[in-house]
Amino acid sequence: MVVFERPRSLSPLPFHYCPGCTHGTVHRLVAEAIDALEIERRTVGIAPVGCAVLAYDYFECDMVEAPHGRAPAVATGVKRTRPDCIVFTYQGDGDLAAIGTAEIVHAGARGENITIIFINNAVYGMTGGQMAPTTLPGQITTTSPYGRNVKTQGYPIRICELLSTLDGVAYAERVAVSNPKNVLRAKAAIEKAFRYQTEGRGLSIVEVLSSCPTNWGMTPVEALRWVEEAMIPCYPLDVFKDTGAKGGMNK
Amino acid sequence: MNRVTISADYCKGCGLCAAACPRKIIVLDSKAINNKGYHPASVIAPGSCTGCALCALVCPDAAICVERDA
Amino acid sequence: MSQKVLMKGNEALAEAALRCGCLYFFGYPITPQSEVSEYMAKRLPQAGGLCLQAESEVAAINMVLGAAAAGVRAMTSSSSPGISLMSEGISYLVGSDLPCLICNIQRGGPGLGGIQPTQQDYLQATKAPGHGDMHLYVVAPASVQEMAGLVARAFDVADTYRTPALLLADGALGQMMEPVDFDAALSVRRDLPEKSWATTGHGGKRKKNIVNSLYLSPEALERSVLSRQERYREIERTEVLCEETDTADAEIILVAYGISARICRSALEAARAMGIRAGLLRPITLWPYPRAALLRAAGHAKHFLVVELNIGQMVDDVRVATQCHRPVSFFGRCGGMLPTPEDVLAEIVKIHESIREEGA
Repeated sequence: MVVFERPRSLSPLPFHYCPGCTHGTVHRLVAEAIDALEIERRTVGIAPVGCAVLAYDYFECDMVEAPHGRAPAVATGVKRTRPDCIVFTYQGDGDLAAIGTAEIVHAGARGENITIIFINNAVYGMTGGQMAPTTLPGQITTTSPYGRNVKTQGYPIRICELLSTLDGVAYAERVAVSNPKNVLRAKAAIEKAFRYQTEGRGLSIVEVLSSCPTNWGMTPVEALRWVEEAMIPCYPLDVFKDTGAKGGMNK
Repeated sequence: MNRVTISADYCKGCGLCAAACPRKIIVLDSKAINNKGYHPASVIAPGSCTGCALCALVCPDAAICVERDA
Repeated sequence: MSQKVLMKGNEALAEAALRCGCLYFFGYPITPQSEVSEYMAKRLPQAGGLCLQAESEVAAINMVLGAAAAGVRAMTSSSSPGISLMSEGISYLVGSDLPCLICNIQRGGPGLGGIQPTQQDYLQATKAPGHGDMHLYVVAPASVQEMAGLVARAFDVADTYRTPALLLADGALGQMMEPVDFDAALSVRRDLPEKSWATTGHGGKRKKNIVNSLYLSPEALERSVLSRQERYREIERTEVLCEETDTADAEIILVAYGISARICRSALEAARAMGIRAGLLRPITLWPYPRAALLRAAGHAKHFLVVELNIGQMVDDVRVATQCHRPVSFFGRCGGMLPTPEDVLAEIVKIHESIREEGA
């Protein structure tokens, strides 16, 4: 009896991601959610600009490739004209938390009924490991070679906390995929974020702390340990808003 | 007998499955090389596999399929 | 008898779009075109459509991209600075082969510029609306009636060739009121190709669609660019529009589009009354440009006078089109200043006298 296999809505194409990069893990969780809710036939995914730009080849549903940072706006255009479609964006931290900050904040403020999968790996991956708005204080990247100096290069942006203040946001949770238990929690959060869209609750966002072994200069196992020892203290794993929870919990 | 099949072509030898396996029965097979030049992971003692599927859960390339005998 | 309505250009453009099936408008306030979104905000909900005001022009053009990808008619409208913000999105729309309508109700530039009418975005519109090898189908109305008619044509051309279309007008046309007959404006319609490429959810009935402009392989990107060039050649062959007034026997031919063409028409009448053989060639499509008509006119005209509301942008296209067979001079005002017919007439008379001296 098969207990684990490749989800149907994940295309058979091997990923181009670096060995140990957890983009792939999150792709699988998204595909599992689409399978579980049986929505592939009416799903439209919006791929970002970044390592995950090729996501449009990795999901079996219709896909649109958006300009850098604009996926929430493109998703708005699709969802508002095809309300029966399930629309999700898949974005990195450079895409969502830097150039696309206005788009995600206003999609949240408008309460667009879409699902945001936000991968936070603290750097710009595709372009070779530059500092991102989510880079940790003191973290060395190719554009913070002496370690991020908050005095001149600013502080990390905590997107889930920021968005949870918007009435249009129905659900905001930060998860990680750093160990099997966290992967299961991330899976549940991602499925809920899609389910809330089918229930018309408004914008759902799952922020996934993710690893970037190549640009962090670590092995895949060390990278996941760094997620737990360095990233989680700065980006606590929590549910910051959940209008669907009993009593409509709102942190 | 529980069975774990690791697709050599999807696997990139990242080692996350080996680290996650509670029975420590997954290793990177240094004698094999896949089409991308990686040493794919392989199960060295299938007999003691409990079918827990933690390896598949953490695999970033959805390369692992797990079957449990009914 | 179809019914005439007195309407502002901005509103006629919006009503025409709605009547030809564009139910989705994404915009951002900017003078002198805010009436387009205000009108759409009132009318679209009545028609079961959506008018969404975005957080910026950047977001607005990307909402248009999403809607166009989903296979519906969608549009945005803005003015000069807003169009600059949209240029990346416009290039993505072209690279993703998506039809839509973009309207630029031009104002003074560069920078914040002014809010008075100009034609200072001609080069942006016809040469480089965005990065990469690309063109937009660009139409330039010269009346409120034509605003409506060209909206319908722009959508049809956009859908036929899977390209964004740009309607280039100005603050004067946008704000002026003139009678409009929508039945006449929308009378010409074409049968359009199915949008089977749209991302609407495959429904289990077709393979998945991808709307995308990324081609990491240079061979694939070259194929994509060259196939688009073929469509551009087809547009150049079949979609050029221009209007000629008294050019057949004209010695001096004025070349002007949009609001400046109206000023030239008054100057033309005055010149003819003085016995000066002048004519007006008015490009209606700015891309594809009416090169053939200009080359023909260069066969008999002695001098071309290009009149624009800028410091001279279309004038070089006239020189190229006429292959410099004849002298091409320029007259224009910028910053939002409007020349009077008398100003243009004075230029015509000067040229007329210079031709007389050469002839004598």
